[in-house]
Amino acid sequence: MVAAAEVARAQVPGAAIDIAHVDHAFDIDGAELKVLDDVSLIVEPGEFVALLGPSGCGKSTLLRLIAGLDKPRSGTLREDEVGIRGPHPSRVVVFQDPTLFPWRTVWDNVALGLEAQGILKKQRHRVDAALDLVGLTDFKNAYPHQLSGGMAQRVALARALVNDPKVLVLDEPLGKLDSLTRIAMQAELVALWQRKGFTTLLVTHDVEEALVLANRVIVLSDRPARIKADIVVDRPYPRHRGDPHLADLRRQILGLLGLEATW
Amino acid sequence: MSTFSLSDAPAGGIARSSGLADKLREVAPGIAAALAWAAFGAACLVREDVGDWSRTTDLAIAAFVIAGLVLVVSVAAAQLGRVGSALRKRSPWLLALGVFFSLWELASAKFAWLPLPFFPPPQAIIEVYTDDLPKLLDSVVASIKLQLGGYVIGAAIGFVTGVSIGWSTRIGYWVHPVLRFIGPVPATAWLPIAFFTFPTSWSASTFLIALATGFPVTVLTWSGVASVPTAYYDVARTLGARPWFLVLKVAIPAALPHVFVGLFMGLGASFAVLVIAEMIGVKAGLGWYLQWAQGWAAYANMYAALLVMSLLCSGAITLLFKTRDRVLVWQKGVVKW
Ligand SMILES: Nc1ncnc2c1ncn2[C@@H]1O[C@H](COP(=O)(O)OP(=O)(O)O)[C@@H](O)[C@H]1O
Ligand SMILES: [Mg+2]
Repeated sequence: MVAAAEVARAQVPGAAIDIAHVDHAFDIDGAELKVLDDVSLIVEPGEFVALLGPSGCGKSTLLRLIAGLDKPRSGTLREDEVGIRGPHPSRVVVFQDPTLFPWRTVWDNVALGLEAQGILKKQRHRVDAALDLVGLTDFKNAYPHQLSGGMAQRVALARALVNDPKVLVLDEPLGKLDSLTRIAMQAELVALWQRKGFTTLLVTHDVEEALVLANRVIVLSDRPARIKADIVVDRPYPRHRGDPHLADLRRQILGLLGLEATW
Repeated sequence: MSTFSLSDAPAGGIARSSGLADKLREVAPGIAAALAWAAFGAACLVREDVGDWSRTTDLAIAAFVIAGLVLVVSVAAAQLGRVGSALRKRSPWLLALGVFFSLWELASAKFAWLPLPFFPPPQAIIEVYTDDLPKLLDSVVASIKLQLGGYVIGAAIGFVTGVSIGWSTRIGYWVHPVLRFIGPVPATAWLPIAFFTFPTSWSASTFLIALATGFPVTVLTWSGVASVPTAYYDVARTLGARPWFLVLKVAIPAALPHVFVGLFMGLGASFAVLVIAEMIGVKAGLGWYLQWAQGWAAYANMYAALLVMSLLCSGAITLLFKTRDRVLVWQKGVVKW
């Protein structure tokens, strides 16, 4: 893993993420709902880290803090030694729902980041390149309601990638896709990550997905989320779902999640 | 639409007869419509008018011309492309109108089954359009000017206000109570006050029309902006969007479907105010023309003006819907007006 990170640092633009003693809570009708409990995690530049945990444990909340969309109750989050104060296009999020803007064509949706940063006029080719990357050039003039779920999620991916992010934050981006589309997109994701070298944080509730994609799998507890285990997946890509080493890890992780009986 | 051709050889015999039957079935409504209009023409000439109307013969000629056109176009529809199919689609309506006009002509001008002068015959209305045209046109121009000015001002102010209170809770704090207090009052209730506080009756009417338009536009724009999913803002913010970008490129486009509902409601409300303002204060416009015609018991003029008014209002709404279809092409399943 250190080797992988080293290689990544040499070629790329991936950033390190340093999460230190982060607590977070929500107020619901006056009562406090504790969501994150002393979460500390260092992600090396160019690493692919998967966050696994039961539904409702606080995974999305953690990602929103990393994206800078919300501020933690206590603790610090840093990107390359710089405190995270708010959203920045160097850390782009792909949400579970593609949330494309229905009034914009596919091309205009992908162009959103460059337009918001005021650099679209000079960099239109980047939009075309991003669309090409996800194989949707033919659909650039389509409106979101004309796309399938998988296509819409690919547009959301292109919309993130066009900004050349240092950190790609993925919140169960494949969660709602059918299994075939899902497997295809997992492969695309690994290929993109290997090519571009950005740091990737992927939230998923699918153990197999985490093992096929990530360098490291962080297992979180029930709410409030604590880090239960930090597992290195030291296997070369492309990975095979039948790999016995992965099967061992899978058993181990399901055990941590309290599901050994189902295996 | 099957047209007979020799290459249909195996089923040739059947194709020939069913082709003919099909052709007849296609043309029949058009021919019936043409007959109805010819009947209207005949009704104009069948006997002397019971009153003194000067356009009876002209009307009869016009009806026969229309009948002829309908006949020619519907028989030759296949060769006429879009005009042909447009007419074919409308032939049931043309038929109904022809029948209606014939009955109306007989019931008013010929046998006076409907009491005169409250129910003038078609030729009396035609007479208004030909003989009183300048005054009617002046009224139309005056109405359009007044309506357009008030509507544009009201829509613009309503839109800006709606976006502001939807976006900023601080502005909402001040504007919302005022809106709740003043908005629901019918704009016409302001009429007496408006007419003596404003320098001219024209500016008073513009204010009232703007008021009637502004309220629904404000409320709907506001609700549109307020109901934009926060996920849209999250996406834009992580991509580097600043507040102005969020307002102009996220909130407003997302709210547009609501805004158009507001514009539509505002249009309806403002028509009502326009007509009343013209009747009471402004000495011009179609509302005033109606009032004037009533004063002289010129019933034909009233119907004529009413018809023009309905065409104008319907035209305005059509224009609005067409604009909406243009602006909201990205929406699926929009209602066609
Ligand atoms: N904005 C919010 N306000 C109040 N409660 C929230 C909010 N966002 C999330 N929560 C609660 O925090 C908990 C963790 O949510 P989340 O991070 O979305 O879980 P997940 O691990 O499934 O992504 C849930 O119980 C959820 O109800
Ligand atoms: Mg979640």
